[in-house]
Amino acid sequence: MRRSIVFDRAGRPWQAGRLALGTALLTLAGCVFVPASISGPAPAAGAGSESALLTIPREPGDAERARAALDRSFVARGQAGLDRLKQDAAQRLCSEAEAAGKAVTDEQAQAIERENQALIRWPAAGTSFLGDWRAGERIAQSGVGRQWSDPPDATAGGNCYACHQLSPDELSYGTLGPSLLRYAVLRAQMPRAELERYTYGRIYNPQAWQACSNMPRFGTHGILAEAQIRDLVALLLAADSPVNR
Amino acid sequence: MPEAGCRVAVIGASARRVARALVIAGIGLVTASAPARAQSPQDTAREIERYREAVADSSPGELWEIRGEDLWKTRRGPNKVSLEQCDLGEGPGVVAGALARLPRWFADAGRVMDLETRLLHCMVTLQGFEAAALQRQAFGSGEQRSDFEALSAWIAAESRGRTLVPPLDHPAEQAAWRLGRELFFVRGGTHDFACTTCHAQSGRRIRLQELPNLSRPEEARRVLVTWPAYRVSQGEMRTLQWRMNDCFRQQRFPDLVFGSDVSVALLSYLLNNARGAALAGPGVRR
Repeated sequence: MRRSIVFDRAGRPWQAGRLALGTALLTLAGCVFVPASISGPAPAAGAGSESALLTIPREPGDAERARAALDRSFVARGQAGLDRLKQDAAQRLCSEAEAAGKAVTDEQAQAIERENQALIRWPAAGTSFLGDWRAGERIAQSGVGRQWSDPPDATAGGNCYACHQLSPDELSYGTLGPSLLRYAVLRAQMPRAELERYTYGRIYNPQAWQACSNMPRFGTHGILAEAQIRDLVALLLAADSPVNR
Repeated sequence: MPEAGCRVAVIGASARRVARALVIAGIGLVTASAPARAQSPQDTAREIERYREAVADSSPGELWEIRGEDLWKTRRGPNKVSLEQCDLGEGPGVVAGALARLPRWFADAGRVMDLETRLLHCMVTLQGFEAAALQRQAFGSGEQRSDFEALSAWIAAESRGRTLVPPLDHPAEQAAWRLGRELFFVRGGTHDFACTTCHAQSGRRIRLQELPNLSRPEEARRVLVTWPAYRVSQGEMRTLQWRMNDCFRQQRFPDLVFGSDVSVALLSYLLNNARGAALAGPGVRR
């Protein structure tokens, strides 16, 4: 829960609801330390107590100041050039809304989703959306790619397990994204052709359906090639894939 | 106030530290191999937790502390002076408790600085080192040792138990916090990642690694106070500047400059979110 902080006349932050503890004594290894004089009230070292997050109101121009700070704080290295600091519309709108503690407006969300739908390049007509689920499993496991420390020509992975549960055999999975265990089984009511197309597009560019999704736009940003995305679609949809066993 | 007794205790601790560190250097060879034998990621996590408990009172990080104290007191650089006139904010040469009041505004530099940025400033202005050369060796890697990691370890040990309360009186200190908050949300790079991608929710994991929600004071306190930290998996003492740099590497951003405005602002945001915590560094981490 966020509570805002107010400033006293000297401009010092005062955390509402906290007891001032100006002369706290801390004992360490039989030795008494008196903390150096502290400006403003010091919140106690909270033992499990929920306390206020320091908040100083956002000011006009903060987003521009952040962009300027980024431009003077990074250097190009390896494959990671300074062009990676240039935000597209989705990155900019999502960042600024979230920094203000809000979501993007409905209009902004629709514009982002429309724009990203247009960025999807679908496989040629007649090409199956499903590749090889075994190759897909390897792509889902691999976190290689696109860091300045990675070889520039290394084939990138999708690192799906960093955030999602997929195969029940892999216990080391993250929880930033939803579990995809039994993905196809749970979507059996959806027309198959539609499900295949949706799954491909959702990996290629998640923001075509969900503005400000936390998931990378693997196809649009050239992280994964079409064939790799088809392998991942197979991992999620093939009947004999461990995901659906 | 038992100040004299306190000093004696600290000197005693220093001598014990050397002896213990020598023992640990031996134990480390035996214990550090444990995670490598582990069968599954869960086993690895458990082994690291056991390792952490085993070294809680006598971390290998003490080797860095010893070197850091030496680096502070030895005459070095083109100017052949020690860092004992370096002002970490509490006055020239005052080290005890200094970390509890950083980042802060430094009038002589005209900017807000965290510990490592201030050390860089002192090594350039007092000792005459070249900034770019220091920045190139800011992070240790095998044979290349970092003076910042050693100095940070010693200075953190000298602030252990102090309550973290970075000053926020100066408008520049408030501006740094605001800039850090804004930067915390900035999505960019090939993967659209921001700090918030991993650190804006509670109870989530990346693979098996638990992720702190750094906008929550309780969670920010728990992790921030243990930095700098000895990383078992790397066999290195790692600092907060390293943590910022390596997060951005994983975000697929370009290379974050050591001591840059972005690094200082983010540390101002994070360390102020951890306000009120008792410092416990250097810690031991995965």
